[in-house]
Amino acid sequence: MNLQSIKQEWFGNVRGDVLAGIVVALALIPEAIAFSIIAGVDPMVGLYASFCMSVVIAFVGGRPGMISAATGAMALLMITLIADHGLQYLLAATVLTGILQILFGVFKLARVMKFIPRSVMVGFVNALAILIFTSQFQHFVGATWVMYALVALTLAIIYLLPKVSTAVPSTLVAIIVVTAIVIFGKIGVNTVGDLGSLTQSLPVFLIPSIPLTFETLMIIFPYSLALAIVGLLESLLTANIVDDMTDTESDKNKESRGQGYANVVTGFFGGMAGCAMIGQSVINVKSGGSGRLSSLVAGTFLMFLIIVLGGIVVQIPMAALAGVMIMVSIGTFDWGSIKTIHLIPRTDAIVMVVTVATVVFTHDLSKGVLAGVTLSAIFFASKISKIHVEESLAKNGLQKIYKLQGQIFFASVSDLPQKFNFKEDIREVVIDLTDAHLWDDSAVGALDKIETKFEQNNIEVSYRGLNNASQQLKKRIGGLSKASGH
Amino acid sequence: MYKKVLLAADGSEHSLRAAEQAKTLISGNKGFIDIIFVVSGAASKEDVLHHASKEEINASRKESLKEIEMNFQNSDTDYQIHILHGEPGPTIVDFANKNDYDCVVLGSRGLNQVQSLVLGSVSHKVAKRVESPVMIVK
Repeated sequence: MNLQSIKQEWFGNVRGDVLAGIVVALALIPEAIAFSIIAGVDPMVGLYASFCMSVVIAFVGGRPGMISAATGAMALLMITLIADHGLQYLLAATVLTGILQILFGVFKLARVMKFIPRSVMVGFVNALAILIFTSQFQHFVGATWVMYALVALTLAIIYLLPKVSTAVPSTLVAIIVVTAIVIFGKIGVNTVGDLGSLTQSLPVFLIPSIPLTFETLMIIFPYSLALAIVGLLESLLTANIVDDMTDTESDKNKESRGQGYANVVTGFFGGMAGCAMIGQSVINVKSGGSGRLSSLVAGTFLMFLIIVLGGIVVQIPMAALAGVMIMVSIGTFDWGSIKTIHLIPRTDAIVMVVTVATVVFTHDLSKGVLAGVTLSAIFFASKISKIHVEESLAKNGLQKIYKLQGQIFFASVSDLPQKFNFKEDIREVVIDLTDAHLWDDSAVGALDKIETKFEQNNIEVSYRGLNNASQQLKKRIGGLSKASGH
Repeated sequence: MYKKVLLAADGSEHSLRAAEQAKTLISGNKGFIDIIFVVSGAASKEDVLHHASKEEINASRKESLKEIEMNFQNSDTDYQIHILHGEPGPTIVDFANKNDYDCVVLGSRGLNQVQSLVLGSVSHKVAKRVESPVMIVK
C-alpha cells in the first residue's frame, strides 16, 4: 500500500467522514447500551467495545467506511458465558476470539464464505432479528401501560421523524424525548441505571483476571470459536454491502485480520467482542461517510459523549432502548425473503427455515449456520446424485438409445443398472453421455458392469458423446473391472 | 426539440410507461436517453444477501430494466444505462442537475396522501429540485 492511497483512504473525504462519524456515534450509543443489557453486562462493557472496535478498525480494517462495534449477534452468543462464569471470562474469550479471527485472516479463509449458501445467510439475519426482538420481552414482564406507551412513542418518533428531517438520527431524538418525559414527568419506570452502572472514564488496559489453565481455555474456546465465526460472517457480509453501496472493492482477508486485532485490543480494554454492523454501516455511507476517518470519529465522539453525559445516560428508560431494539430487529429482518418464499426452490426455503429454527431454539447463531450449511450440503448431494435416463428406439426397434443426464459418481451409480432393461429383444444399445459426466472409477465401473450384462445377452454396447475428461477417465480405468472377472 | 432526456427507471409498471413517453419525446429529433437506475442502501443489503456474486447482482439489476431495453432496441432508440447508489430522490436530482437535460422523465407510484406522507414521494422531490423540465408519468 503506497502513501497516496493511504492518504486517500484517510483524508479523501474529510467533511463527509467527520459529519457521518458524528451521526454514527449518536446512533451507536443506545445500541451499545442495549446490546450490553442483552449480554448481561454493565453498559460500559458495550460502550468500551464500540469505542475500541471502531477506533482500531479505522486503522487496520480492510473496508474503509464500514462501522464495527458491539453487536447484537455477538451479544446473544455470550449470554450463558457471562451468566455462568462472569465478565472476566468474557474479556478473555474476546481476546481469544480476536486471535482466532487473525488466524482466519492469515490463512485467507475469507473465501470459505463462498461456500455458505445464500439461504443460510438469509436465515442468519432473520434469526438474528428474531432473537433481538424476543430479547426485549423481559423488559415487558409485569410492565404497566406506561411502558407500552413509551415504547410506542419511541417507535413513532423513530419512524416518523425522518419524514420531516434527517439531519439528526431519529433514534437519538426518540431517546432524548422519552428520557426527558420520564425525568421531568417523574415517571417511575426502569432505567439503564437499574440494570447496571456507568463509569465516566476512559477504558484502561487490563489483563483479564482468570486462571491461566487448560480448564479456562476449554470453557472459553467454544464461545470464542462461535464468536469468531459469527463475527466474521456478519463483518464480511457487511463489507460486501458497503462494497456494493460505494461501488468499490475491499480486501476481505485484511478485514478478517482487522476484526481480530480490534477484538484483541477490545478484550484487554474491558470491552465485549464485537463485529461490523450492517445497520450502522448503511447509516454511515448514507450520511456521506466513506473513509477511515468516519470510523475513528464515530469511536472517539462516542467516548467523548459518554464521559460528558454519563450522568444522563443512566437515566434513559428501558422503554426507549426497547423501542430502539425493536427498530433494529425490524431493520435487520430480510422482509424480501418472506415475500419470495413461495417462489424460491423448496429446498432453499427449507434450509432458510431450519437455520432460523435452530437459532431460535438453541439461541446460538453459529449452530444455525452449521445446521443450514449441513442441510444444504445434503440437499446438494441428493440433487446431484440423481441421474435421469431417457430411453428411445431406433433402427426399426433393433437399437435402443439410453440418454443419461447428470453427474455419474460413487453416490449416483448404485441404482443406475436398474434403469436398464438387459433382457430386451434388441441387437445393440447406445449409451448417450452427451449430458453426463464421469467423475470417478465407480462411474467407469458401473458402465463396465452394464456393458457386461448386455454382452451376456448378446447385445452390443457403444457410447456416444463422452466429453474429453470422461473419455480419458474411461480409457485409463475402463475395462479393468470387467477384466478382473466380475 | 427534446434531444437529451433523462429517464429514471426501476423496472416497475410506472417506469415502463415513463419509458414510452421518453421515447416519444425524442422521436424524430435524433435524441438520446440516459436511463438511471438507483440502488438504495436497503436494496443493496437485500441484493447482496440474495446473490452469490457481484456479477449476479449486476445481472439481476440489468434484468429489471430488460423490458425497457428491449423496447428501446426495437425502436432504434439511443440510450445508455447508469446504475447509481444512494437515496433515489437526491441521487436522481444530483445526476439530472449535473448533466443539463432537456427533460427528466419518471413514473409516479400513484401513492395516496397517507402513503406519500409515510413513504415520501420520489417524483415530488425530483419535480421540486430538478432545474430542467420534469415529466411525471401516471
